[in-house]
Amino acid sequence: MNHGALRPPVDDHRPVSPDGRPFEEQPRWRRDFPIDWEEDDYVSRRDLVKFVVLTSGAFVVGQAWIAFKSLFGRRDVPTARVAIAEVNEVPLGGSKTFEYPQGSTSRLLVRTGESAFVAYDQQCTHLQCPVVPRVAEGKLHCPCHNGWFDLQTGQPLSGPPRRSLPRVRLEVQQGTVYATGVEDSPS
Amino acid sequence: MPVPDQLEFFVDPGRCIGCQACIQACTECDTHKGQSMIQLDFIDRAGSTQTVPVVCMHCDSPTCAEVCPADAIKRTEDGVVQTARKPRCIACNNCVLACPFGVPKMNTGMNLMMKCDMCYDRTSVGLKPMCASVCPSQALAFGTREEMAQLRPRAKPVNTFQFGAQTIRTKVNVMVPKDNEDTHMDVTAAMYEPAIGHDILDDTFGEGEA
Repeated sequence: MNHGALRPPVDDHRPVSPDGRPFEEQPRWRRDFPIDWEEDDYVSRRDLVKFVVLTSGAFVVGQAWIAFKSLFGRRDVPTARVAIAEVNEVPLGGSKTFEYPQGSTSRLLVRTGESAFVAYDQQCTHLQCPVVPRVAEGKLHCPCHNGWFDLQTGQPLSGPPRRSLPRVRLEVQQGTVYATGVEDSPS
Repeated sequence: MPVPDQLEFFVDPGRCIGCQACIQACTECDTHKGQSMIQLDFIDRAGSTQTVPVVCMHCDSPTCAEVCPADAIKRTEDGVVQTARKPRCIACNNCVLACPFGVPKMNTGMNLMMKCDMCYDRTSVGLKPMCASVCPSQALAFGTREEMAQLRPRAKPVNTFQFGAQTIRTKVNVMVPKDNEDTHMDVTAAMYEPAIGHDILDDTFGEGEA
């Protein structure tokens, strides 16, 4: 008897069904429940455990990296002394935006008193919306999600932001306001 | 890692001496959970000492997997039919009843069908299965076709069998005399042998109709 023609040999690595037709021509139920491991979506317990362990391990490593970066990888604080405004330029309770250092995100200079100035990064620490000074209330307001910051310290008061606004150190000398550095908020 | 293509399993029942070393070795295989997956069949216990080791033949179209209602029996890329996957097996015994060679065993303690998987942990890294590594007469042999041709010059490997109307092609080979007529071996032929005491007279497989 010619048994070579009955079925293709095993080493073809193709699934062989009792009727001998190729996998693609098999009825739907047989294609849905294939006998061969590769055609099946079977995930072994070991594969699942491997995936879960490696993925959560990656998350742990990522968290450690973020923690390491925030502890030791502080960005260099610019210390150059730059004139940013004249005192007369800004009315009492008024504000002015500036860049410090040149090319940075816009910073906000607010005159809170006769010779009292504060300056912060204008980006809200929640989702980078520009904050608006509310000098009368002693606060900074982010209208996007109703976030509030303290005007004197830059600390968040309410709303979604959880980190302080980066503060720009200022010096007032002979009618000119100078920026001397940025205090990055600890993230 | 698949079993290397050139390595094949050869069963030579004529060489079996009934020492049961394979049964002991089989329990030590890491994938068998301490159970022996091999059976040593006595051909005619009253009149002969002849025994036959039965390992899984790893069919091209595994009947056990075809009848599995839970889709639990899977064949790997190298053609090795594995023990039922534990999360899927429903212990229905279909495979146990359907297998032409009587290989699958129901482990009632675990509610899991277990069968010879050619010691997949060993063969997939190129080692011999436990039974073939201990068989003193090499009735169970694992190696290349060329090695076997050299060791058994008067025998040839056959891997096509007849089970009623079903023709079965397997990955595992059985050695038969070289000058034997080239026919399928009929797995059920022994059932009609009065010496064994299973004289089946009715037409169980419907062969009369065909």
